[in-house]
Amino acid sequence: MNPIISAASVIAAGLAIGLSAIGPGIGQGTAAAQAVEGLARQPEAEGKIRGTLLLSLAFMESLTIYGLVVALCLLFANPFAG
Amino acid sequence: MFFSLAAVEVGAHLYWEIGGLVVHGQVMLITWLVLAIILTLAILGTSKLEQVPKGLQNFLEAVYEYVSGIAKDQIGEYHYRPWVPFVGTLFLFIFVANWLGALVPWKLIKLEEGELAAPTNDINTTVALSLLTSISYFYAGFKEKGLGFFARYISPTPIFLPINILEDFSKPLSLSFRLFGNILADEIVVSVLCLLVPLFIPLPVMVLGLFASSVQALVFSTLAAAYIGESIE
Repeated sequence: MNPIISAASVIAAGLAIGLSAIGPGIGQGTAAAQAVEGLARQPEAEGKIRGTLLLSLAFMESLTIYGLVVALCLLFANPFAG
Repeated sequence: MFFSLAAVEVGAHLYWEIGGLVVHGQVMLITWLVLAIILTLAILGTSKLEQVPKGLQNFLEAVYEYVSGIAKDQIGEYHYRPWVPFVGTLFLFIFVANWLGALVPWKLIKLEEGELAAPTNDINTTVALSLLTSISYFYAGFKEKGLGFFARYISPTPIFLPINILEDFSKPLSLSFRLFGNILADEIVVSVLCLLVPLFIPLPVMVLGLFASSVQALVFSTLAAAYIGESIE
């Protein structure tokens, strides 16, 4: 493989994961904070809050996973490897 | 010895040629195993039905209630019944497949090429599941509303037409990538940790992987039900 292409692919894979972790990180923090607030106000709704929180966390998590899929493509199935 | 347990092979497959088609053999093997497990449980649990359920029948009834609850929450009281089998199949298949991949030390079984793992860590499986979801929400919409189904493409205003069309493509794409990425990421994290510290340290991560993969099964079936419910409404 062309060394420039492999170096660029590795850097791009790292950037893909790192950048795609920023947004979901902030979002998950906000969601968890709101859930804790809701729990403090209404402790009897714990089961429902936990279920909804986990489901929405999984949705946010999937944004990072898209970045991971791109990174995996660059590392293991690089279309430019030639 | 531990290193051989931990090695991960991304992109290596056991290729079978069946009638001119090339298939990934390791995925087919585990898929059949998953089907066999679910079918055996279902047949054993429902062969001797009793008025007062106990044992396996009790467990299966709890599973059915859980699965039909997913469909009922998303599709609604009036329309959910015909969609319980589809949503339930998605949930059970993905759940059993993920846990089978995470719990069983498949590395002990040697293959010529590739390795046995959860079938959902192959993108072909997840794309097939999400395309099935696409087809079924189109079917649900057409059955319910006929050609009026197309009205949703221009639903708040016609300006949203391109976005609404794009949504039909992004739905299966995101469904399949989410499941595939999560399962593959779990396996890669576990194997990288095994490579660094072979003993004890990967255990909590494996437990986290079990939890995450069951949540992914729930997310996939919930989203499939939500898409179906959206096109029926």
